[in-house]
Amino acid sequence: MSFGISAHNPSGGKGVIQHAMEQVAKQTPQGGLVMRKPSVWRTYRKHRGILLMLVPGLLFYVIFHYAPLYGIQLAFKDFRIMDGISGSPWVGFDHFRTLFYGSDQFPLILRNTLIISFLHIIFGFPAPIALALLFNEIRSKLFKRITQSISYLPHFLSWVVLAGLLTTILSPSEGILNYLLGLFGVEPIYFMGDPHYFRFTLVVSGIWKEIGWGTIVYLAALASVDPHLYEAGIVDGASRWKQTLHITIPSILPVIAVMLLLRIGGIMEAGFDQIFNLSNAAVSNVADILDTYVYRVGIGQFQYGLTTAVGLFKNVVGFLMLILANYAVKKMGQEGIF
Amino acid sequence: MNLMTRGERVFQVFLVLFITLMCAAMLYPFVHLLSVSLSTPAEAIRPGPHLYPLEFSLEAYRKTFEYGLIWIGYRNTLIRAAGGTFIALFMIALTAYPLSKRYLPHRSFYTLFIVFTMFFSGGLIPTYMLIKNIGLMDSMWVYILPVMIPTFSLLIMRNFFMEIPDELEDSAKIDGAGDFRSFVSIVLPLSKPILATVGLWQVVNHWNAWFDAMLYIQDPGKIVLQMFLRKLIVSNEAQELNAMMNQAPGVEIVTPETIKAAALMVSTLPILVVYPFIQKYFVKGILVGSLKG
Repeated sequence: MSFGISAHNPSGGKGVIQHAMEQVAKQTPQGGLVMRKPSVWRTYRKHRGILLMLVPGLLFYVIFHYAPLYGIQLAFKDFRIMDGISGSPWVGFDHFRTLFYGSDQFPLILRNTLIISFLHIIFGFPAPIALALLFNEIRSKLFKRITQSISYLPHFLSWVVLAGLLTTILSPSEGILNYLLGLFGVEPIYFMGDPHYFRFTLVVSGIWKEIGWGTIVYLAALASVDPHLYEAGIVDGASRWKQTLHITIPSILPVIAVMLLLRIGGIMEAGFDQIFNLSNAAVSNVADILDTYVYRVGIGQFQYGLTTAVGLFKNVVGFLMLILANYAVKKMGQEGIF
Repeated sequence: MNLMTRGERVFQVFLVLFITLMCAAMLYPFVHLLSVSLSTPAEAIRPGPHLYPLEFSLEAYRKTFEYGLIWIGYRNTLIRAAGGTFIALFMIALTAYPLSKRYLPHRSFYTLFIVFTMFFSGGLIPTYMLIKNIGLMDSMWVYILPVMIPTFSLLIMRNFFMEIPDELEDSAKIDGAGDFRSFVSIVLPLSKPILATVGLWQVVNHWNAWFDAMLYIQDPGKIVLQMFLRKLIVSNEAQELNAMMNQAPGVEIVTPETIKAAALMVSTLPILVVYPFIQKYFVKGILVGSLKG
């Protein structure tokens, strides 16, 4: 959970970081004329202008990203407001024992988190790929451009606004969707309030919001497929479908693999903004996830120690998953993210 | 060369049909909402499709405009979007510039120091306590300072700076300009496209943000638009709704449906209106970032 704002990170961050690391690698001294390594002090003095410009940014990272790491110790402490973070007594792994063995609540929210995340991957991940392939087949440039722009639109709205839209559209009494289903004789469905349908609602509304925006990366990959391959395919008499199957898809497979692994690396993120705004008491058994739990129990009931432990668990597992995913990407011979 | 077989023509027809239907599904909710917001109470709850109001009424908008809190939210959202974007652009560029220079001492360390924060964070509670401890609770600064440098934007800007040939700066430096002068007078003017893209991301993020307001702000005078909407629509706060509808019992000029729809329209319309003109910048930024690898 990253405070609503940064949660809107425009893409997975692929490439940029990779690039950052490559550039760093390049700067190692290449041998040659340098005889004596100048002292750190002298290098720093020589480049003081540029170092000075870096200071405000570093300060920002120290205060807003590194200082909170100090608070992680709360996961191993019995937090008392009067004693503060450092003065509170240590309790070892008590919070973790409470979480895993104390009640059914944590296993339930952990399971919910993983299930919802998996559903998003299974159904939500292939959707933009399929749409990108379809966009790619459109002959009319203008039609393609207009429909692409329309499909990006929901990405730019907050889940607060979309919750307002969805409540109206999915309402059992007045909603258009149930009205359409009614034409086929289907009884009204409480998409937002029925535990049987709620995860389905999450997945479909997630696809609806992000499918268009998700095509961008794949469309870029499709645009860079060598046209000679298609020419050769046409000479060999391959139909459009065969060309898609044997030329297009294999060409963008590396991009798909990297995106999939990154998505799996983010398995602990089940979509706080979406769930927090769409869910209600009726569906909390199927929709309560790690992030909503931390907010409700941590901020709401002042259980700082316990919920810091939940956050730490989530971050460590997420971090390990990313490293694993990155390792897998590299094993495949692709560029990883770090 | 562009001759299509019969099968391909049929496919094209179905493709265009499918994509059109999909776009209709993307746009319909907005049309529906606009129509409901302009409807009389009876028309608003009519089942079935709403493309335009059969019985027209502007009352919901009148009540919305008369309600003070939505304007307070609007004002604060504009303040954070303008101030937050300006400060962020300055900070992102200022930090990205040194990181783009090969000769920055210990450059790999500083880069790693920053990139690490993308993958590991303290979590919600430690961050919450930090904000509390440094006195940002209930201050408008809490909207701006913690999101001053989005790391993804920083890396994109840094990549852009690295593409600018050093020779352009060399002449300025020979004339005696320092790093900062050369940054302001040579690099920034060349970076307008990336500044526009990153700035627009920042504006949209500020416009859509609500969680920080919910966590850190109690003072109703510092509420932001999305938080107001959340109270009205998601948490269904009756007090807010009744105050906004402001009508005697039994008299029904507006209903919760129409008033919510109007509030949603008023706060989303700015994005819907400017969206067609700026969306290409968003896409451009993504491509600068992801194809660089």
